[in-house]
Amino acid sequence: MTQRPSEATERGRDEAGVQPPYLYPDYVGTRLRAPGRPLVILPHTLSETAGPAYGHGRVGELDHDLTRQHEGEPLGERIIVHGRVLDDSGRPVRNSLIEVWQANAAGRYTHHADRHPAPLDPNFGGAGRCLTDDEGRYRFVTIKPGAYPWKNHDNAWRPAHIHFSLFGEAFRSRLVTQMYFPGDPLFDQDPIFQSVRDPRARERLISSFDLRTTEPEWALAYRFDIVLQGRDATPMERNHK
Amino acid sequence: MSPEPTPSQTIGPFFHFALFGEDQSKLVASDHPSAIRLGGTVYDGAGDPVPDGMLEIWQADEAGRCAYPEGNSADPPADEGFSGFGRCATDEEGRFSFLTVKPGPVPGPDGQHQAPHILVSIFARGLLKRLVTRVYFPDEEDANAGDPVLNRIEDSDYRSTLIAREVDGRLSFDVFLQGDHQTVFFDV
Repeated sequence: MTQRPSEATERGRDEAGVQPPYLYPDYVGTRLRAPGRPLVILPHTLSETAGPAYGHGRVGELDHDLTRQHEGEPLGERIIVHGRVLDDSGRPVRNSLIEVWQANAAGRYTHHADRHPAPLDPNFGGAGRCLTDDEGRYRFVTIKPGAYPWKNHDNAWRPAHIHFSLFGEAFRSRLVTQMYFPGDPLFDQDPIFQSVRDPRARERLISSFDLRTTEPEWALAYRFDIVLQGRDATPMERNHK
Repeated sequence: MSPEPTPSQTIGPFFHFALFGEDQSKLVASDHPSAIRLGGTVYDGAGDPVPDGMLEIWQADEAGRCAYPEGNSADPPADEGFSGFGRCATDEEGRFSFLTVKPGPVPGPDGQHQAPHILVSIFARGLLKRLVTRVYFPDEEDANAGDPVLNRIEDSDYRSTLIAREVDGRLSFDVFLQGDHQTVFFDV
């Protein structure tokens, strides 16, 4: 029997419903890639509560500063992006790898598959990484990315965003997400952003402008705090024991 | 109050330049005496290969011990050079390939042993959150029959999507995102 993807979110362990569904038809790419059968709940065994200590020792001195990785300075608006990474019990996630990537100020990625007719910047690669400190804090210096068109629907544009990849302390903590900027006029028509159905959860993808961390006569700052699933059962599951 | 998790978003199609600074598909050296090649193809619901995906694997070492992040090391692996983590992008034909070793059995729920397995995360454009599956080994029939995770899946054809095939001395594990042959995916 052919299984058609259902629109059910299949929340499973995501009791709060903060995660997007696999199938979100407005995002056309999900239609042939979303699984049709419900996920099988995996009991928590050592395989999922342990996790890879990936990337330590590979982070270079300038990897966190995307404006200093080339001969000259990139074009665009220099910004500081910083925040804290916590687990879902509120504990800081320490010494954990964060990888980021993004388009340049003109909305173009240094990727062979990006066909947007906007200029590449020879002084901007758009990739960075760092480790969180003992308080779970991280900090990048970069350029504010531009919006860019894509072919999902007529006149479709992605809001400006920075991709984040995080490991946390367990296999189940792994998260790949996108950080957005406050007040972006493209939010309403972006199905990737809108795929997160809970408005409060969606808000958590938007960084906040941070005047206190803004460095005078140098760079605006944005704060983006991230919460990963912890090593153990969710707080809700713990409460039910 | 506990903080709510940050939602996932798709990895998109343009991640390669950022996530593949080093070759992470080889968990062991090519001349490792028990190196095995694990590969396959990822297919979408139309049966077309997925050329813009990324797979990550996570596994115990040959003795069944997992590497932990620094500071959480309850039982470090015998082989300190073995991180248990690998990453590979799919190519234009949707193919991926890892060089690793077969993990030993690891403890499971309620004191049971789990059959040797490798955890797999799949990321791609069109996947708003990762998919998680497991690769089991075809030469472990008895251990697989007693595995507490495999035994959660009653439909034997569906369960068999988790067991790799041996083809010319390599382990072959194809991933079907959708359709009649859909691979089992887990909620972790």
